Amino acid sequence: MDTVKSSVTFDIRTKPSGKIKITNWNKSKVVMTGTLLVLTLLSMYGFLTFDYKEINLIQATLDTLANLKLMFLQANLNNFTLAEAIYQIGLTVGLAFLATIIGAVISLFIALFAAKNLSPKPLANTIIIFIAFIRAVPTVLWVFIFAIAAGLGSEAAILGMLLHTVAFLVKAFAESIEELDAGVIEALRASGANWWHVVTNAVIPSTMTSLLSWTFLRFETNFTVAVAMGAVAGAGGIGFELFMASGFYFDMKEVGFITYAILLIAVMLEFMSTRLKKRYIVKS
Amino acid sequence: MPLLEVKNITKQYEKDKKVLSGISFDVNGGEFISIIGPSGAGKSTLLRCINRMVDFSSGEILFHNTDIMSLSKKDLRKYRTQIGMIFQHYNLVSRLTVIENVLHGRLGYKTTLQGIMTRFTEEEKKEAFHLLEKLGMREHAYKRCDHLSGGQKQRVGIARALIQQPKILLCDEPIASLDPNSSKVIMDHLKNISQELRITCIVNLHQVDVAKHYSERIIGLNGGQIVYDGAPQELTTTNIHQIYGSEAENLILA
Amino acid sequence: MKIDVYRKKKRQFTIFALIVLCMTFISAKLTNFSFVQGISSVPEAFRWMGSNLLITRESFEKMPSILDKLIETIFLSITATTTASIIALLLALLGSQTTKVNGFFSTLSRFIASVFRNIPIVAWALILLLSFGQNALTGYFALFLATLGFLTRVFTETIDETSNSSVEALQSTGANYYQVVSKAVLPECSPQMISWILFMVETNIRSSTLVGILTGTGIGFAFDLYYKSMNYNVVSLITLSIVVVVISIELISNYIRRVIL
Ligand SMILES: Nc1ncnc2c1ncn2[C@@H]1O[C@H](COP(=O)(O)OP(=O)(O)OP(=O)(O)O)[C@@H](O)[C@H]1O
Ligand SMILES: [Mg+2]
Repeated sequence: MDTVKSSVTFDIRTKPSGKIKITNWNKSKVVMTGTLLVLTLLSMYGFLTFDYKEINLIQATLDTLANLKLMFLQANLNNFTLAEAIYQIGLTVGLAFLATIIGAVISLFIALFAAKNLSPKPLANTIIIFIAFIRAVPTVLWVFIFAIAAGLGSEAAILGMLLHTVAFLVKAFAESIEELDAGVIEALRASGANWWHVVTNAVIPSTMTSLLSWTFLRFETNFTVAVAMGAVAGAGGIGFELFMASGFYFDMKEVGFITYAILLIAVMLEFMSTRLKKRYIVKS
Repeated sequence: MPLLEVKNITKQYEKDKKVLSGISFDVNGGEFISIIGPSGAGKSTLLRCINRMVDFSSGEILFHNTDIMSLSKKDLRKYRTQIGMIFQHYNLVSRLTVIENVLHGRLGYKTTLQGIMTRFTEEEKKEAFHLLEKLGMREHAYKRCDHLSGGQKQRVGIARALIQQPKILLCDEPIASLDPNSSKVIMDHLKNISQELRITCIVNLHQVDVAKHYSERIIGLNGGQIVYDGAPQELTTTNIHQIYGSEAENLILA
Repeated sequence: MKIDVYRKKKRQFTIFALIVLCMTFISAKLTNFSFVQGISSVPEAFRWMGSNLLITRESFEKMPSILDKLIETIFLSITATTTASIIALLLALLGSQTTKVNGFFSTLSRFIASVFRNIPIVAWALILLLSFGQNALTGYFALFLATLGFLTRVFTETIDETSNSSVEALQSTGANYYQVVSKAVLPECSPQMISWILFMVETNIRSSTLVGILTGTGIGFAFDLYYKSMNYNVVSLITLSIVVVVISIELISNYIRRVIL
């Protein structure tokens, strides 16, 4: 016993200064420190090289604060009616809903071929890479690109949002499907079920809840995207009204009202989607 | 004069539900006390009242004759350095090394800045190694805690508590997640600590036989009340029945 | 009994499907979206893309200026993310159940986070545009505020989920608040937090393209410029370069995540 002890007596590591070391620089720690260091340096460099165009930062900040005060404390509609506002919100929600629901249906089909436990690896990988490519393009660019072919409007907006939705959902769906217990699929296969049987009897029923919550999560995102498309890509809806109120009428009170409306819908959607997520995604 | 006097304490988390009611007992230096009782009896709550991780609702606890509820924030820190705690799930910072985790036991003695900058003295580090050696964990000193087995983690937990140089060690089900072998190792260490270092150990346990084998005194808790307080030899089947209620048969069989 | 449950499930599903169908119909009416036209324009759009979105030799001459704008965008999203993450960390510490100082600040932090992340980034950009004008700072602040909202939320969740037990242990040794945060919370949560920061850098590259169209900065501005002048070859070059950047960042992040998580 004693000999064992004495053989490990000199394993205390020391720093060059002679002090006892207590940390251990493993790979994970090195990479984390490195990442933070690089991000910090890049940020510092970024701040030094921005084109500030001789802006008066203090004045601009004060102006913004004054605007925010006006917006949030005296929110009001001036250039259009409440009924119209509700219609425009409905339009934006409608855009988001269409893009989400059509996207979800398409994604479900594609995801079946993108999940590695249902489809041959080369096919699954090809789809995943292709999807990653589509996802990397910002939604607004897709909308603009579709607008050339389909004209600016709801079609282009929905198609653009749809493409991005599909790219997002296929990945999420495929991952949900891959989490499925391998035994279930095997058991069905062994009993002579064909591929479609497996899909309709095992895959879809047991992943349904998680697919639904992913879809809802995307709906939440798509609402924000639809607002953006209204403001930037002429897709109409509340986003366009926001753009007009701030950039055309310079009416902060109306901007305030619209912002409140968007905030309300977004908070509601977020509330619902967190509840769904808590119930289904986290648990599984 | 007893080291710790618990006088008639009650604890309510919610209004009309007493988790602890009228708990009184004295603790002397170097005692080895087991607290047994069914799930939800309030064992964990009682331990946490002693180091004020939980504030009790009424009654008082005196440590060296000072009322611990009257302590200022700063004095409470000082008080906690004298009470070590050991947990069922070890509660280590899993991404740090064993030695770092052990040294966390010294934080109570440090200023804010010393703590944040990890300024531990060479004596403290040597003491940490010494403790690890005594617990048979020396060669693991530079390992990350998430790479250890349960029994090893618990020994790190013990070292972290001991380096506080505590007067009392509170152990909340220290062996509930361990296999029989590791359990024995841990219990033996705790027994040694109380005998050699004269540190009082108050241990929550689920196994009556373990409690009987190791402790000098057993406190039985049921529904937030003390239903037994005495020597293990005098603990009868009737007592056990009182403590565990109808679950008793299952428990003894297990 | 079992059949009953089955029937009930089936009925629930039918109702759910009907509601969705109804909403789809209403949405289509509201937005004037015709499925036929929509679907038929897809092949058309792809044919158009195939023949027009080609990267020609001439468009490559614009590469240096595109690169310039792209770098501006990358830096914008990195600076916005890192600065937001520092404030978000402070807010999250106040907001989390494990590390909160008191109930008031906890609620306040959650409220701030909710407001900031639920006001869309375009709204921030439009509001800031009024006082900051077409300036890199407009985009910076818009990204900063939206990122702050998102990161505060996920950081709070991370702290809530991961550091409970070690916080208790350190408190019981007599460690004070700052020591507990620096010795238990940060070591336990930093991998997850870094992962979220990387995710946000990636997302912000895409968002800052959008914001750039409004604020006239970065790659968004370049895209808008060539799009409006119908120079589609350059448009496709810009799109491709964004894709390359986003995917590279995704790959780097994935590597980092694999090592640290
Ligand atoms: N933070 C809390 N808030 C509200 N109720 C609590 C809290 N902690 C414990 N309780 C309640 O107090 C009672 C006693 O809990 P305690 O954890 O002390 O029991 P225990 O004897 O340690 O049980 P176990 O053997 O399962 O660990 C239980 O009914 C529990 O639900
Ligand atoms: Mg307990």
